[in-house]
Amino acid sequence: MGGGLVRIGVTVFPGSNCDRDALHAVELMGAEPVELWHADADLKGSDAVIVPGGFSYGDYLRPGAIARFARVMGPLEDFARDGGPVLGVCNGFQVLCEAHLLPGALLQNTHMRFACDRVRVRVETKETPWTSGCENGEELTLPIAHNEGNYFADPETLARLEDEGRVVLRYLENPNGSANDIAGVCNEGRNVVGVMPHPERVSDPALGSDEGLKILRSVLAEATV
Amino acid sequence: MKVRVLVRPKEGILDPQGEAVRGALPALGFGGVKTVHVGRLIEMELESADDVDAMCRRLLANPTVEEYEWEVVS
Repeated sequence: MGGGLVRIGVTVFPGSNCDRDALHAVELMGAEPVELWHADADLKGSDAVIVPGGFSYGDYLRPGAIARFARVMGPLEDFARDGGPVLGVCNGFQVLCEAHLLPGALLQNTHMRFACDRVRVRVETKETPWTSGCENGEELTLPIAHNEGNYFADPETLARLEDEGRVVLRYLENPNGSANDIAGVCNEGRNVVGVMPHPERVSDPALGSDEGLKILRSVLAEATV
Repeated sequence: MKVRVLVRPKEGILDPQGEAVRGALPALGFGGVKTVHVGRLIEMELESADDVDAMCRRLLANPTVEEYEWEVVS
């Protein structure tokens, strides 16, 4: 780190639309935003990476299915497997599932409508680099905006996620049919987290709330260790 | 050669699109529709069908939630 700012990469795929918000939120966190173009061959020295929301590659085939094979995903997968903190938000969560960095898949909302709202979620575990600044059981109000946010995993995987405390965020009121009211999960190593709600959209009082910074800022404690 | 791949939700996986279509058919007067599943049809022209299965597993279908079958059509 060399005493400099923590560098947080934000991947940009064609069709990403929350990348600017995420880069801005990184600035508000007091870290250095690093734009990672989908065709980049490395993570430009990022200490942590956010895979932002949007409609990468137009959601063609399945949300996240094409982005998963973008060039930048190679070094990102290595980084994640080496324990580097990675946060997928919304489409980013879908990309990480398609890349098998997170278990399960995100299906279409059961009610067949785009879900755009603010929802209450509970932080189920602070034992991830992206929730360490929260308390277990803490409730946050975060925006959601998705058509495929209905988390699915087979019963064995769901049981494992619950037993191992890998459900990271849980909806208080299920907005999309998600299994076990799951709004976010982490991988086995706990360094890769995917969430459907958008913490970056509530990262500035000017946006009505900065509750999302609690999640985003958590990683600073990890990345500076 | 031409290959046709059929991808659809796995048995038991909730299929909101299929459900919506199933609900819409009676509204048009088509009775007796018990289930509807909406899938995806992918047609490819290729030199050899050797890799079609790998293509299905790695990209065309998501084996977590979808099943696929494919055939050489010409």
